[in-house]
Amino acid sequence: MIALFAGLIFGIGLLLSGLTDPAKVTAFLDLAGAWDPSLTFVMGGAIGAATPAFMLAARRKHSVLGAPMQLPVKQSIDRRLLIGSFAFGIGWGLAGYCPGPAITSLGAGSSAALIFVGAMLIGMAAFEGIERFRSARRPATITQ
Amino acid sequence: MTIDWTNFTPWTSLAGGILIGLAAAILLLMNGRVAGISGIVGGLIPPREGERSWRIAFLAGLIAAPLVYALFTPLPPMRVVAGSGALIAAGLLVGIGTRYASGCTSGHGVCGFARRSPRSMAATAVFMLAGFATVFILRHIL
Repeated sequence: MIALFAGLIFGIGLLLSGLTDPAKVTAFLDLAGAWDPSLTFVMGGAIGAATPAFMLAARRKHSVLGAPMQLPVKQSIDRRLLIGSFAFGIGWGLAGYCPGPAITSLGAGSSAALIFVGAMLIGMAAFEGIERFRSARRPATITQ
Repeated sequence: MTIDWTNFTPWTSLAGGILIGLAAAILLLMNGRVAGISGIVGGLIPPREGERSWRIAFLAGLIAAPLVYALFTPLPPMRVVAGSGALIAAGLLVGIGTRYASGCTSGHGVCGFARRSPRSMAATAVFMLAGFATVFILRHIL
């Protein structure tokens, strides 16, 4: 129930902020054109509102409801992070959709979002497939 | 650089951003999970035992958001900028890219910055720059 409520508030925030409008997102990314800086306010508001919760969470082992606090542990800035983010950024600029706004737009009956999300799921499944293939081929001695 | 003052929406964008941040705070403090959308979806491919219900509930909340929003006020414009081919290419790039990077705009851009993670800051810098470069090439070079 909590996750459903959090998703609902998150989605309403995306709609209100303008992120579900691909033309507004690409206007933000178009520095050399008529630049719409609104998205810096979305980022600022979101980071500002989430920061106290993350500061609190860093000092706790369990959530309020007793679930283990699962924060990312990885710290390395490696090739996977950089190449993956680069590919993501190209896709973001091409269509003006990132995952959250695209999924939220499904609820508004957007056929463009449906095409995008379908392809995104195929991309994620491809990642899963590639990773399995690679770990299956890796010699057992290095996998420990 | 010229600023597009007519489409600039600082207050609604700030308010929307605060709601996004509050939703991330709720999921973290109550469920102990990071509100990274690509990670929430990716964790369902394939679905893992005991991990499924909260992910599906969160995504159902996202999809229900326009329905709830429309009860109170008309939905904002959703102006599509890409054709089917570009949407498919973009979706594939976003899907595979966010899984390799372990995060997208929400996980790295919002939650990563909120916990001051240098790794997330680097990821955000890279996808922002790639987005700027892509739009520049599409609109001003091609």
